Amino acid sequence: MATDVVVQQQRQGPPPAKAVNDWSIQVATVNGSGSQSANMVLLRSIFQMGIPVSGKNLFPSNIAGLPTWFTIRANKDGYIARKKEVDFLIAMNPETAVEDVKSLDPGAAVLYDEPLNLSAIRNDVGFYSVPFDKLTAAVCPEAKLRKLVKNMVYVGVAAQLIGIDMGQVEKAVRKQFKKKQKAADLNFAAVKAGYDYAASSLKKADHCYVEPMNATQGKIIIDGNAAAALGSMFAGCTVVTWYPITPSSSLVEQMIDYMKHYRIGADGKATFAIVQAEDELAAIGMVLGAGWSGARSMTATSGPGISLMAEFAGLGYYAEVPGVIWNIQRTGPSTGLPTRTMQGDILSTAVLSHGDTKHIMLIPNSVAECFDMAFDAFELAEHFQTPVFVMSDLDLGMNNWMSDPFKYPDRPIKRGKVLSKADLEKLGSFARYKDVDGDGIGYRTLPGTEHPAASYFTRGSGHNEKAQYSERPDDYQNNMDRLAKKFETARSHVPKPDVDTGKSKIGIIAYGTSHWAIVESRDQLRKEYKLETDYLRLKAYPFTREVHDFVKNHDRVYLVEQNRDAQMLDLLKLDLSVDQLHKLRSIRHYNGLPLDARSVTDELVTQEGK
Amino acid sequence: MASTPTSQPPVKTNRIGLSVMEYKGGKTTLCAGCGHNAISERVIDAMYEMGVQPERVAKFSGIGCSSKSPAYFLSRSHSFNAVHGRMPSIATGALLANRTLVGIGVSGDGDSASIGMGQFVHLMRRNLPMIYIIEDNGVYGLTKGQFSATADLGSKLKTGVINDLPPIDTCAMAIELGATMVGRSFSGDKKQVLTLLKAAIAHKGTVMLDIISPCVTFNDHEGSTKSYKYMKDHDEPLHDVNFVPQFEDITVDYEPGSTTEVTMHDGSRLLLRKLEEDYDPTNRIEAVKRLMQAHDKGEVLTGLFYINTKAPSFLEMLHMTEKPLATLPESVTKPPKSVLDEVMESLK
Ligand SMILES: Cc1ncc(C[n+]2csc(CCOP(=O)(O)OP(=O)(O)O)c2C)c(N)n1
Ligand code: SF4
Repeated sequence: MATDVVVQQQRQGPPPAKAVNDWSIQVATVNGSGSQSANMVLLRSIFQMGIPVSGKNLFPSNIAGLPTWFTIRANKDGYIARKKEVDFLIAMNPETAVEDVKSLDPGAAVLYDEPLNLSAIRNDVGFYSVPFDKLTAAVCPEAKLRKLVKNMVYVGVAAQLIGIDMGQVEKAVRKQFKKKQKAADLNFAAVKAGYDYAASSLKKADHCYVEPMNATQGKIIIDGNAAAALGSMFAGCTVVTWYPITPSSSLVEQMIDYMKHYRIGADGKATFAIVQAEDELAAIGMVLGAGWSGARSMTATSGPGISLMAEFAGLGYYAEVPGVIWNIQRTGPSTGLPTRTMQGDILSTAVLSHGDTKHIMLIPNSVAECFDMAFDAFELAEHFQTPVFVMSDLDLGMNNWMSDPFKYPDRPIKRGKVLSKADLEKLGSFARYKDVDGDGIGYRTLPGTEHPAASYFTRGSGHNEKAQYSERPDDYQNNMDRLAKKFETARSHVPKPDVDTGKSKIGIIAYGTSHWAIVESRDQLRKEYKLETDYLRLKAYPFTREVHDFVKNHDRVYLVEQNRDAQMLDLLKLDLSVDQLHKLRSIRHYNGLPLDARSVTDELVTQEGK
Repeated sequence: MASTPTSQPPVKTNRIGLSVMEYKGGKTTLCAGCGHNAISERVIDAMYEMGVQPERVAKFSGIGCSSKSPAYFLSRSHSFNAVHGRMPSIATGALLANRTLVGIGVSGDGDSASIGMGQFVHLMRRNLPMIYIIEDNGVYGLTKGQFSATADLGSKLKTGVINDLPPIDTCAMAIELGATMVGRSFSGDKKQVLTLLKAAIAHKGTVMLDIISPCVTFNDHEGSTKSYKYMKDHDEPLHDVNFVPQFEDITVDYEPGSTTEVTMHDGSRLLLRKLEEDYDPTNRIEAVKRLMQAHDKGEVLTGLFYINTKAPSFLEMLHMTEKPLATLPESVTKPPKSVLDEVMESLK
């Protein structure tokens, strides 16, 4: 049933007056109807006009047939979080049309396919009826193509009504179809048909307007998974293994494209290996095998895959083998809502596996950080000789985000404490798990190092400093203590949080994609409630000193996250001294949709008793 | 002519100048008489005789008594004891990262044919160059005597339980899946095991050797029943040696084409049949057929069943550079800034 996947929420304020560069369009289509190109063209045209814009695809776990929504938010102030309310609905899906219209706020507008006959439903929203089939048939003689081209018609209608520059639309169409000139011509003809129809037959009934700005110049548009793939390539990754799972598959698929293009050596041979494994157990196994052998290796997965990796994650931690695991989080538990977003694996990933295990996690909030943290992840994995998890999510990974161009990683690649043959000749011998430097990190050798003292035995069972099998209580405990010390060392090596402090006794802590809602919510709190807040954005686990200081320096600290159980709050509680615990408060959002500012503002204000 | 004035006879060395001592491993902690030990001895001999540089070897295993074996040969090689049944993925990653390594994996029948079946079949079909040995005793040794999936139909546990499921023939599977060298032997047949291993070292592709390897402890129905319950409470630690009777290694020597009967420690009998000398191991279909016929006759067929030296290996299929990926310099693995600029431009 269509209603089972509905995504709109009611507005709580008065209807907006004329809105310039500050509104959202929602396109409701049927999954598999090819609306993605049309939506990208619409998004890109606005972007090219210099207006900050963000797009979010809300799609079902289905190949074709179920309803899907694409929301474009234009915002002159640069807010790019999800906005709950829809100002302009493009209703193309008969299944959801009635419900979509009913859930709109007064003052919104609906552009719909004529046969849907929606204008009778209510009289407090504007309506545009468009004869899509007739307009499409006129420009597209080939009946087979009409279904796809039809979507371009709404781009033209919307462009005319809102005032999007047709020159920019044409440029966006040509970019979308790249070298396929015929397809570009046909699609632009459909846009034009919609535009002309709107100009001649429709009367403005919405409040959305665009005016050119200069806020997107030089910026790029990319999704988080592509950014992660690029970052991994520039981080010198050589072995990639994976098992397909939404929303992580596109990370490796895009990596395959980039690597094939840019990582072929002078001899014409690949300087990498990418292997589709038989399952996630094998994917992480291969990562660890390759990491053990000395390669920068990674995999990408999501919740169910992370669960399967648990046993190997523990082996990686205990046997001290580097590897990078991207967790593009989706909604769980179990299969959950496989195509919706969540920060639902924080706790389980932090301690993934049995026994005393804990892992380093990096948490990007933007496509730029996906790029940068790909590099950081490999550096940390090799420095600490341990699996490192990068906690992205579906919203970041699969949606398109605008960004400044990424910065080339100028830092040289560091391979950590690896002893070469020459080192061994000097040293004579080495003990794999000895804490020589007092940081908990031992030295390792790579298989194939041609020195009789190079070899050691890697195992998940008890071992002493020399990597020999041992069940001695002191050996076990010493080893575990050293691993704990290594984790402590990591506190000062993981990326520090972004902190904006000194204005208020109220602190907010958030992480990952929640960031964008917090930025907007803090402005709402200031403007609407005269409430100043301080803010700390976590970028990694373990927590750095700044996190402790932040809690210490505030009376109340709201930890905002996208899961039901306040998972990061739990981790933080484990870290803080008891006298700080009473300060912590929790704001949680877990309906599968990206977090929006209004939800944070409302909840914080309620908890503040305002 | 150089003559060394010494009373010591010169130590015999192989073609790279190493003595057999340099191929040894740690002292075995497996039960005396366990077939796995005999296999470790043969690995040492084969590596020595083939003149493999021990540092170039990477040893892999899962979990089980058999998987402890890599500790008992080639101390000078790196070794990775993975999790139960999932050694193939570790080996795959390691050998992808460094294709110049000589990979040898040791697994058990429990490790490979049950929990590790998924990874086993996929390793076979990839034809990754490595030697994969199953030390096959029909039981779980380390967890004290449960049936494995290669246990024969009708065989009996010391507790009296009868196995009523048919065995999985790992060799037939490996052949069907694409392994390019597949054979079976008996741990007591020194000559055959050694020959197969030497050929395996020379082969460039996945070699699967199923080596029947008697478990002296859990096929010994008498005397251990008392200890059985006690030991069952302890999973991973090695069995208390007090409970392990001292058994002689079983050895056999018989001619190609002939059949020999081996009496196991528990009194059960194994009918081994060695393939005749003119058997054509390049015929895949014939190989599987002969295996099936042997099953019907109650024989354990041994020998080299199948070899294909032409199939491309996994490393060839990936069109990888000849150099180890693991140690490629940054100049090769990190594209220049111009590449990033180009990509950024395309995203504007
Ligand atoms: C995930 C997991 N499940 C179960 C075990 C317990 N376990 C250890 S060894 C083993 C079976 C070993 O049998 P086999 O591979 O035949 O080797 P053998 O000891 O007979 O040589 C089992 C079930 C484990 N270590 N890990
Ligand atoms: S229990 Fe069986 S398999 Fe394990 S070491 Fe003893 S004899 Fe070998």
